[in-house]
Amino acid sequence: MENFTPVPALAGGVLIGLAATLLLLFNGRIAGISGILSGIFTRIQGDRLWRILFLLGMVLAGFTWQSLWPGTFADRPRFPLPLLLTGAFMVGFGTRMGGGCTSGHGVCGIGRLSRRSLVATLVFMGAGVMTVYITRHIFEVI
Amino acid sequence: MKQHGLAFITGALFGTGLCVSRMADPGKVLDFLDVTGNWDPSLVLVMGGALAVTLIAFRFVLRREVPVIAARFQLPVKTGLDLDLIAGAGLFGIGWGMIGYCPGPAITALGFGFIGPFLVVAGIIAGSLTCKLILAAKA
Repeated sequence: MENFTPVPALAGGVLIGLAATLLLLFNGRIAGISGILSGIFTRIQGDRLWRILFLLGMVLAGFTWQSLWPGTFADRPRFPLPLLLTGAFMVGFGTRMGGGCTSGHGVCGIGRLSRRSLVATLVFMGAGVMTVYITRHIFEVI
Repeated sequence: MKQHGLAFITGALFGTGLCVSRMADPGKVLDFLDVTGNWDPSLVLVMGGALAVTLIAFRFVLRREVPVIAARFQLPVKTGLDLDLIAGAGLFGIGWGMIGYCPGPAITALGFGFIGPFLVVAGIIAGSLTCKLILAAKA
């Protein structure tokens, strides 16, 4: 457990919670990233620009962080490409089918005491744990 | 206009949280999911910190009739459990365990300048549009 970073984890978590609270308080919107992203591709009038701006804000945060503290986050050049693309497709497919991801269900949904979100969070956490067991300890990739 | 500015600011704050907590590092997420290996429990505290805020603050926010600068709250309407929820969450969890990216960190990581996150976001969009097409055909 030498990789455990409790203080930044807790501080970052509080920032995420604050961001979700402000978006709900001011705009009345749930900060579910998969939903914000996929909503860009709908035809509802006037519902697109705020989504793009929210996501651009996220990208800008990543860009600024990497500019100020280069080396915090490293590339994974040898990560198997088929695994990366298949996994990403499943993340996109599954979050739409299940109506949310770590933020929408895990942070916002549980935050408003939704039973659906609690169940979804337990299911995707469990599925993630089982998957990593298979990839790391049975097939020993990644 | 105000709503657009607020969306940008909260997006930046959210992304900063993902950088501070290191959740934008897919390796750290995989270490969290690797409970039988060299387990990294950090994500528990990220969720805990976020939930400590939302569990308390949402109660007060949702007591309001309307949001501060929008006409109404737009919340999910479904309450019961169904197969799509369970199967969708299961598929998402498998994909998450394969790559270590969920949507938020993947978007934030676009700013790092590596090629990987761009492929991941493209894959997420492709998967989510495919799902929408299937759900629309079913309905």
